[in-house]
Amino acid sequence: MSSQTEIYSDYKELNEEQLKGVKDLIFKMADDELILGHRNSEWTGLGPILEEDIAFSSMAQDKLGQAQALYLLLNQMDEKDPDTLAFTRNENEYKCCHFVEYPIGEYDFSLMRHFLFDAAEALRYNSLINSSFAPLANLAKKFRGEIRYHTLHSEVWIDQLSKATEESKARMQTSLNECMPLALGIFEPSEYDELLMNSGVFTGEENLKSGWYEHIQFVLQNAGLKVPELSEIIPSFGGRKGYHTEYLKPLLDEMCEVYRIDPEAEW
Amino acid sequence: MINARFRGHFVLYNMPIKSIDPRITRANIEIQEKDSQTGEQVLKKLDHWQTYEVFAQNKRGEHYSHVGSLHAPNPEMAWILAKEQFGRRNKITGIWITKTSDIFSVTENEEEMFELNSEKVYREAGGYKVMDKINKFKKQNKKGN
Repeated sequence: MSSQTEIYSDYKELNEEQLKGVKDLIFKMADDELILGHRNSEWTGLGPILEEDIAFSSMAQDKLGQAQALYLLLNQMDEKDPDTLAFTRNENEYKCCHFVEYPIGEYDFSLMRHFLFDAAEALRYNSLINSSFAPLANLAKKFRGEIRYHTLHSEVWIDQLSKATEESKARMQTSLNECMPLALGIFEPSEYDELLMNSGVFTGEENLKSGWYEHIQFVLQNAGLKVPELSEIIPSFGGRKGYHTEYLKPLLDEMCEVYRIDPEAEW
Repeated sequence: MINARFRGHFVLYNMPIKSIDPRITRANIEIQEKDSQTGEQVLKKLDHWQTYEVFAQNKRGEHYSHVGSLHAPNPEMAWILAKEQFGRRNKITGIWITKTSDIFSVTENEEEMFELNSEKVYREAGGYKVMDKINKFKKQNKKGN
């Protein structure tokens, strides 16, 4: 974060380029939360045990809540209303990473994604608490508590399953190997990174990635898993620029189906 | 005679996985193997998680109340599951968790002992007739101001 002390309490205080950068940042955060929240909610009713079903569904709902709050912030910055942003854009207008688009797979994959994604999310919000863009800093503070639970939940599960039986350990390792290239897609560099860093708005994707890798290494090695070297992985980039996997379109069709029947309906 | 009187306790002690969670009773799971150390008939490892009882506090300083039970393999897992189970709709300030099998419970066959003697009303809170005095004192104090 830059040493600059200027605080932007309103988006109107940002210059044109800064505003584009801030919106880009918020759009990709909101789209990640929306799509992963929707994906994780697919476990509702199918979770491995009743108690976990409820906990996982509840956290999926938290993600949708975060998406809504972020879309509302965009709305206050002259964008369309949250429902319109969430349900009416074309596929290539979404800025989510490929990681969140993938189907839920088996529970080991969903848990590993939950762990890797939420670790990155926690660090992102943590750094945004000190953002010079005050509305975003306020949101970050608001979500701190629930995100702390999400990361705790994921870490306890990862530790539990990685140390249980030969089969569960092998499954966790396989999921980790499968998830890593996708997870690195979270940190796809943005053309606004430098500007946002210099304005004290955001620490930048590269910094976030280093902190994230250090953290997940600590947790995963404690659990007895082998963490792939960063240099061995080709990250799955493209999502932040609107190039998505084959899995996003069917998800959007299903998610937006009811809304599109009658966009004017009062809920 | 003494055995019969405390039968309820013996049932709890001798079958550690027997649960007071009705879901387990309904599932009617067969006991599958002998514990190698104690020789007790227990459920096969990993086939079934034990139950934990959860107590939650709604406000700092208040008593913890029993809010329900859940399945978990250890207290740490029980806590992460309990948090969403019992703390997602209303705000809570604390959670206690204990193994169901650690609860010493006395309910059956003890109805007689729990009954209150109608001649001992002086022990019941309603037996104290002090509200009149308190109200009188409050009234006087108000006048004084």
